Amino acid sequence: MRPIPDSLLRMAALIRKESIQILRDPSAILIAVVLPVLLLFLYGTGVSLDLKHLRIGLVLEDTSPNAQSFAKSLVDSPYFNVKIVRDRRELLDDLDRGHIRGFVTVPSYFSEFRFREDAIAPIQVIGDGSEPNTANFVQYYVQGAFENWLQQEAISSDLTGLPLIKAEPRFWYNETLESRYFLLSGSLAIIMTLIGTLLTALVVSREWERGTMEGLISTPVGKWEIIGGKTIPYFVLGMISMAICVFVSTVIYGLPFRGSLLSLLLVSACFLLVSLETGLLISLLSKIQILSSQISIIIGFLPAYMLSGFLFEISSMPSWIQILTCFMPARYFVQCLQSLFLVGDVWPLLWKNIAVMLLISAILFVLISRNVTKRLD
Amino acid sequence: MKLIALIWKELLVILRDSRSRISITLPPVIQLFIFAFAATLDVKNATIGVLNRDNGEQAFELLQRFHGAPLFQEIVYLKGAEEIGPFLDEQKGLMIVSIDEQFSRNLDAKKPALVQLICDGRKSNTTQIISGYARQIIDQYNRDFTAKAGFKQQNAALIPRNWFNPNILYLWYNIPCLVGTLSMLTCLVVTSQSIAREREMGTFDQLLVSPLSLREILIGKTVPGILIGAGEGFLMWAAGTGLLGVPFTGSMALFSLSLIVFVAAISGIGLFISALSSTQQQAMLGTFVFMLPSVLLSGYATPIENMPTWLQPVTFLMPLRYMLIISKGLFLKALPYEVVLNQIWPMLLIAIFTLSMASLFFRRRLE
Repeated sequence: MRPIPDSLLRMAALIRKESIQILRDPSAILIAVVLPVLLLFLYGTGVSLDLKHLRIGLVLEDTSPNAQSFAKSLVDSPYFNVKIVRDRRELLDDLDRGHIRGFVTVPSYFSEFRFREDAIAPIQVIGDGSEPNTANFVQYYVQGAFENWLQQEAISSDLTGLPLIKAEPRFWYNETLESRYFLLSGSLAIIMTLIGTLLTALVVSREWERGTMEGLISTPVGKWEIIGGKTIPYFVLGMISMAICVFVSTVIYGLPFRGSLLSLLLVSACFLLVSLETGLLISLLSKIQILSSQISIIIGFLPAYMLSGFLFEISSMPSWIQILTCFMPARYFVQCLQSLFLVGDVWPLLWKNIAVMLLISAILFVLISRNVTKRLD
Repeated sequence: MKLIALIWKELLVILRDSRSRISITLPPVIQLFIFAFAATLDVKNATIGVLNRDNGEQAFELLQRFHGAPLFQEIVYLKGAEEIGPFLDEQKGLMIVSIDEQFSRNLDAKKPALVQLICDGRKSNTTQIISGYARQIIDQYNRDFTAKAGFKQQNAALIPRNWFNPNILYLWYNIPCLVGTLSMLTCLVVTSQSIAREREMGTFDQLLVSPLSLREILIGKTVPGILIGAGEGFLMWAAGTGLLGVPFTGSMALFSLSLIVFVAAISGIGLFISALSSTQQQAMLGTFVFMLPSVLLSGYATPIENMPTWLQPVTFLMPLRYMLIISKGLFLKALPYEVVLNQIWPMLLIAIFTLSMASLFFRRRLE
């Protein structure tokens, strides 16, 4: 039997030291269990783009049967909570305070215009532009209710203007349109970034700040052993945490998982590697913890949240930001995760994203190896 | 006098070191510019696929309208139904418009015809907006077609308008929200790290044996956080209104008052976290545990009314919730005094509570 090389032994000792340090710090449980579960809870329960009951106002200046039947179609719609008034001034205050997100006005001349040949009867829809997404949905949902009402009217009054083309939207992979499905799968990327980048960003700068780096430098450990000793324990911690997250989101939140575990493992390992390397690089460069943590929030956490395409669509961003998102590893991970959970093993997509993550990882590796110096200055 | 010296010393600690000075001033400004443009739930430049199995005139005319729509940047023609799966699976496009082979024939015969919109549910918010837009195009075509065919028209129409932000610009929404969120972030990092750092370096004991009373130490630790946080807020207000052209319709005095109360509440929370933790790493994590829910549940990411009803009361504990209402209101809606004051007093309560809790906690820890 060949003796184990010294460098491996030294690295094992460093790994052991780092692991003990993680385990003895009460914040370890906080990071590996509490934070991920908290985040999953927030994304699974708190954050939702699904508008169930839009609160809107309805100004009925016209009380003819025609206007009443339109009002009824709005009130009956499951999407709205309608407050009916006679005068729009009663609603202005509610709109200011955000108690309603928009209102629909049926003007006094509505039914008169409706039966005239030379005029079109108008219905005004006002959205609250200070909540853009909600305002868009107010417009779309009122539009939907209005079209339905027109169809019913056409049937009941034997008008022939029945629309002939029927558009039938279908949503693949997420038939019930639950935003929580894509938010949950995307939030795993944020959790991994948090664990990978934020934690490792602190580990080396902590040693510098506390002066223990000098002690480490004076020992015979090589720079690769330091890197290995610093990253491996956090890699293991990250993977454990990933397992917990996948368990919670599939079992408790009922997120479907349609891919294979092996590909999930592969993709997560690639991303975690990139994420750890980012943290380590920050740590090597900044040497003080407050700065490391600031930088890791800025280039790790916030981009994972804002620029990864998990909540905000990348193709809608200005092109200079789209270019910026190409350098965000989270972007590739989010695509993989959303596909693995909701679609399945889409290999052409996975390979492409894995390749980019590995490329970023290789670049980071070169940068790290250039910056690890066993020098004091 | 002693107090001013301490505050001065705290500010120096933060601002003297060029690295930490940069880390406090630069990031929020960069974030403001990037996120103001990136955080958009709007849809632009979308790529969609078309599967046209009908070679008739009506299908061609309908598709021409899709080509003319500014929302769709690229329209990819699929050759057959077998390409639908891979196209969506690999996210080559967000939606497929599928027209069956009977489409033109049915329309010519005045029979109902079907258009399928197959959307990628992985991005259900985006695709809902796209499919809504596609339906508008189809409806318009419908109306024109029936008019041409000599059908009697329904003469009623919707007139959509949006107040406060007529063009639904996300930028106008993002800036007021980011002013609150980012000044919270900076203030939180500064205050939560302050005592933890002194404790980790061992200089906290020196501070305790100095002639300063505990209250003075706490004030000395709070004021710099408030100054930096509020300064950051005003800086971003100036950048948002001056450089990015977001309107500010409300009262500046009210805005300043709310910003200061808000930042005071946040620095109370920061100090409280600092009191609980013994290392900077712990303080950092504590900051995160507080920051994540307050950013995610404050109504910035998604509206509070979308949350389950039992969770909504939790948001009353978050200062950011009130600040976002005030900020959005003062920027866009010229929010009246009484509404703003109604949002300020809960923040004031939170500030008083957290600041006194923090001092209580220090006292207990010292004894």
